[in-house]
Amino acid sequence: MKFAYYPGCSAKGSSADYEKSTQAVCAALGIHLEELPGWNCCGSTPAHAVDTELSAALCARNLDIAAREQAETVLTPCPSCLSNLRHAAKRMENPQFRARVDELLDTPAAAHFPEVTSVMQGIARVYDANAIAAQVKKSLKGVRLAAYYGCLMSRPPEVMDFGDPENPTLMESLLSACGAEMVDFPLKTACCGASFGIPERVMTARNSGRILELATQLGVDAVVVACPLCQMNLDLRQKQAAKEADAFFRMPVLYFTQMMGLAFGIAPEHLGLEKLRVSADELLRKIDGAQAGEGDR
Amino acid sequence: MNDAINLSRMRDAAFTAEVEAQSGQNVSTCYQCGNCTAGCPAGFVYDRQVNQIMRGVQLGLKDEVLNSRSIWMCLSCSTCSLRCPNNIDVAAVMETLRHMARKEGRVAVPKVEKFWFSFLDTVRAFGRTYEIGTMALYMMRSLRLFTDLDLAPEALKKKKLGFRPHVIPGGADAVARIMQRYKERAKREGVRP
Ligand code: SF4
Ligand code: SF4
Ligand code: SF4
Ligand code: SF4
Repeated sequence: MKFAYYPGCSAKGSSADYEKSTQAVCAALGIHLEELPGWNCCGSTPAHAVDTELSAALCARNLDIAAREQAETVLTPCPSCLSNLRHAAKRMENPQFRARVDELLDTPAAAHFPEVTSVMQGIARVYDANAIAAQVKKSLKGVRLAAYYGCLMSRPPEVMDFGDPENPTLMESLLSACGAEMVDFPLKTACCGASFGIPERVMTARNSGRILELATQLGVDAVVVACPLCQMNLDLRQKQAAKEADAFFRMPVLYFTQMMGLAFGIAPEHLGLEKLRVSADELLRKIDGAQAGEGDR
Repeated sequence: MNDAINLSRMRDAAFTAEVEAQSGQNVSTCYQCGNCTAGCPAGFVYDRQVNQIMRGVQLGLKDEVLNSRSIWMCLSCSTCSLRCPNNIDVAAVMETLRHMARKEGRVAVPKVEKFWFSFLDTVRAFGRTYEIGTMALYMMRSLRLFTDLDLAPEALKKKKLGFRPHVIPGGADAVARIMQRYKERAKREGVRP
């Protein structure tokens, strides 16, 4: 199975581990990701916060490349990219809006754009739970996880098409298929504070703190995420969050692709686990321990 | 004592109409239930809660609304839109207000705008963002040298931040041209880009 692929800038910088594990898991599943040639940044939050047409133009250039490559479906790992690309495609259906955006581009954008969806949905489209389970070499049995989607993946529902906007369940189905126990996580679509960590730290510290506090109370072994910025806020900024919450956290925060990769028996170094600030060693021991226990029986 | 009189003097019906047109939302259906505010993750740093902003828009209190810090601190998380019983896309109203304020040069929280510009500058230069570049530009703009310095040792150890910009193969000129045309058009139309 082949998909066009828009990695997003984080993949080339702060979330190289997301990229590595996405590639490893897709390779294991026989999903071929073909990177869009010459893609550019979607503009993220700053572009749409400044101007809707500027944001759409940055996205339209990528959608246009995808159309010219005759891609049917483009996958992206990053919910922020996904949100921007899908919003732009939707707004471009309005001819007046499209004309304003075309003015900003070198040449008018293609009349029809391919569909853009998340890597998670792309995987689920090709593999149902049974097919995923068949790939599992190291079951996550006995591992308790909280799925945290962040605020963008499922919202707004009419643009994102990701199931219930306050209770998406796709990550749970993929990871339960890998044997993990998924807890009910009421903050699964709460916002972590986005990129305000730089201009207004209390915003990320307070919001990420709530998420980490709940996960800690629920006694999970890790929080599993799908967004590079969520990962950074919950992991790299975990100490800042702990300080704000006047608490102590020691919560590993992994990408869902890293968790799936572990279940598929892919070596941790091929999943970029060394990049985590809060180490996942205990989690790895638990997975290996469960394997050993299984073997004894 | 004469709040009512002041209020009627401050009311600007054209402002209400403009917000409705730009956001595509009918703000008159808001009945102040407060659901948006109850779920807002940024409310604790707002000077006006989001339901108060909605009321301000209804009443046409242009200065009150466009000079508010809240429109700059909104996280665009859409929790408010999702939970509004009248299906108002409240997040779209907040974004519209931020655009209107920016275009008029009203920037109640300059550091937020400086951060966005720093980000967009790296996109203009390389076609892709690059964290260290964004941070460096932001520190220069805001004269805040110590932003996140506590994170630096670990971020570097884990190679979390890309040191070298990732440039579009074949060059980032196409992206720079998009940005340039955007700026020129804003100038022609007499708004702040
Ligand atoms: S949202 Fe983030 S990762 Fe995605 S392209 Fe934009 S800057 Fe890059
Ligand atoms: S980083 Fe925060 S703001 Fe962005 S999607 Fe994740 S939860 Fe939402
Ligand atoms: S949730 Fe909707 S109706 Fe209620 S106060 Fe907010 S905008 Fe008004
Ligand atoms: S979109 Fe903005 S106003 Fe609405 S809930 Fe999120 S932060 Fe609050």
